[in-house]
Amino acid sequence: MSGNNPRRAFIAAAGAGVAGLGFTAIAPGLHLMAVASEANAANAATETRKAGTAASPAVRWGLLIDANKCAPGCTKCIDACHTENGVSEQLPDPRQNSQWIRKIELVDKRNGRVTQLPMMCQHCANPPCVDVCPTGASMKRADGIVLVDRHTCIGCRYCMMACPYKARSFVHAPLTEQNPEVPRGQGCVESCTLCVHRVDKGQQPACVESCPAGAMTFGDLNDPASEIAKRIASVPTSQVRADLRLNPGVRYQGI
Amino acid sequence: MATLNPRHEEGFFYLLAGIGGLVSAIGFAAALYMEHSGHVVTGMNNQIVWGLPHVIAIFLIIAASGVLNVASMGSVFGRVLYKPRAPLSGLLAIAMLSGGLFVIMLDLGRADRLMVAATHFNPTSVFGWNVILYPVFYALVGVYLWTMMERRMNPFSKAAGLATFIWRVVLTSGTGSIFAFLVARQAYGTALLAPMFIIMSFSWGLAVFLVVQTTMYAWNNLQLPALILKRMKNLLATFVAAVLYFTIMLHLVNAYFAKNIAFEYFILFDSEFASMFWVGQILVGTLLPLALLFSPGSRDKVLWVNVAALLVILGAYYQLYVFIIGGQAFPLEIFPGYDVKSSFMDGAVDHYSASLPEILLAVGGLAIAFTMTTIGVRILHFLPQDDLAELEAAASITD
Repeated sequence: MSGNNPRRAFIAAAGAGVAGLGFTAIAPGLHLMAVASEANAANAATETRKAGTAASPAVRWGLLIDANKCAPGCTKCIDACHTENGVSEQLPDPRQNSQWIRKIELVDKRNGRVTQLPMMCQHCANPPCVDVCPTGASMKRADGIVLVDRHTCIGCRYCMMACPYKARSFVHAPLTEQNPEVPRGQGCVESCTLCVHRVDKGQQPACVESCPAGAMTFGDLNDPASEIAKRIASVPTSQVRADLRLNPGVRYQGI
Repeated sequence: MATLNPRHEEGFFYLLAGIGGLVSAIGFAAALYMEHSGHVVTGMNNQIVWGLPHVIAIFLIIAASGVLNVASMGSVFGRVLYKPRAPLSGLLAIAMLSGGLFVIMLDLGRADRLMVAATHFNPTSVFGWNVILYPVFYALVGVYLWTMMERRMNPFSKAAGLATFIWRVVLTSGTGSIFAFLVARQAYGTALLAPMFIIMSFSWGLAVFLVVQTTMYAWNNLQLPALILKRMKNLLATFVAAVLYFTIMLHLVNAYFAKNIAFEYFILFDSEFASMFWVGQILVGTLLPLALLFSPGSRDKVLWVNVAALLVILGAYYQLYVFIIGGQAFPLEIFPGYDVKSSFMDGAVDHYSASLPEILLAVGGLAIAFTMTTIGVRILHFLPQDDLAELEAAASITD
């Protein structure tokens, strides 16, 4: 009955209009961002992201790491990462140093087979660190890169408790010699950004570029024509802690 | 204390309040030092990310909600014995929550960004929920105290008490869920933790209440009536036994899963935490108090009941230490079936020892709770006033 009441329908329509105008007036930036995001999604690219445009949800950046090619003793990826991102502090207690990427040596308990691999933030599609962050500083970009907004991180370390990959570090001391493109901060949590500042310029992450054995492949997991997608489709790969169903963006071959 | 004359008594109060204030201030200064230097001056690191401050803060927060149970017994469940104790219970709840939040907030890497925590809300974060849970808890307890203290508001006391009781159950569930929602670690990630934290709060809150109540009675040259002592110590024993039950179930279920056997062996038998568990939590914090609360020689004595309560509080410290620090010291199992090693402590057991600044911060939180309680009971006259005739009549009905 109320649906047939023209006066009530008018009031409802007018109310919606006023609310819409109000929203536009209060959050014009939000509105523009939504439009920009839609426009970007329409022509998703793996090229340079133009300044001021949002990351595309059509893209899912990822890494494929071939553990068979990862040489024992080689730390090129770690050195490149830490140079690129200005991670240089050497604290008296090494357990307090940040490590955005690390080499892990695996020894199979059944047969003694030794495997080496680099480990970093796995850029999960369902990241526990993002779920637990009280302020939303831990966030997943539309293109799948998991980041920490160092301006809203309060340093509670709950994300470090939640991460199954031990991928995050807490900055324990004042910092110097930072890379202007990679802001870091004492008292904040940080982790591999997949070199987002390079990716946005159409470049590869520093670790990928530095690997002498070509053990790391970077690309768009969503693009069937990309090298990473083709390789994942053709060789057996695995996700670390696949049982947790976090759908990481970093995949491994040879483990 | 029975010999204190009013002048001495007043001096003693100022002394206690002064010491409490001083220790609180030292805790705050320690936090400023940590804030300035970074957490490099603490024993915490990238594996054990939560340390002693979190153990003390979580104890205070759990006990704060638990101590309010005394009020709920009176106003929600209509127990005559507990009604005169409700105001003191509310005051203790506010004081202990303040102490806990003092520690947890000042331990943040960026404590200066509290405003960010208040203005940026992530609905999927249990920590985020707590940003709402704590202020509402304060408000509800405040209103509840008001309805009890203001005669015209007395009719609303039961409703306020019920609301506060419901909220405290939610709040403690929230504290337990901080760990229950952690998918990554073997020590946590079970729904059992939410109800377990509630029962822990009952036990620890009542233990704190008993100690404070006894101190207040002694201060005023009064003796706690035997009937009240008997009831409250029986309740404490029930809660202590319930915590033991939950502890047994938690470890039994965990040990049953092959994937968690290594962790259970570590925490129960093969680490620095094993002795804390068996001696600190089980023997000192559980079995000894139960023996004191039930043995014919000690169960009627105020002194021994209070010793039991203090042991329960000591056991709570060990329980949380084993749970929080021990749970992080065991390496994350990222690659099941492999022996792993790295430069980042993968596959390695970590060792933690608290540094002086974090000890001072943690003690500062205890001092905040102590000081607020000391000043509160002095100003507000919250000494329970029992109507023994009514109590005995009620006891004869319920016994």
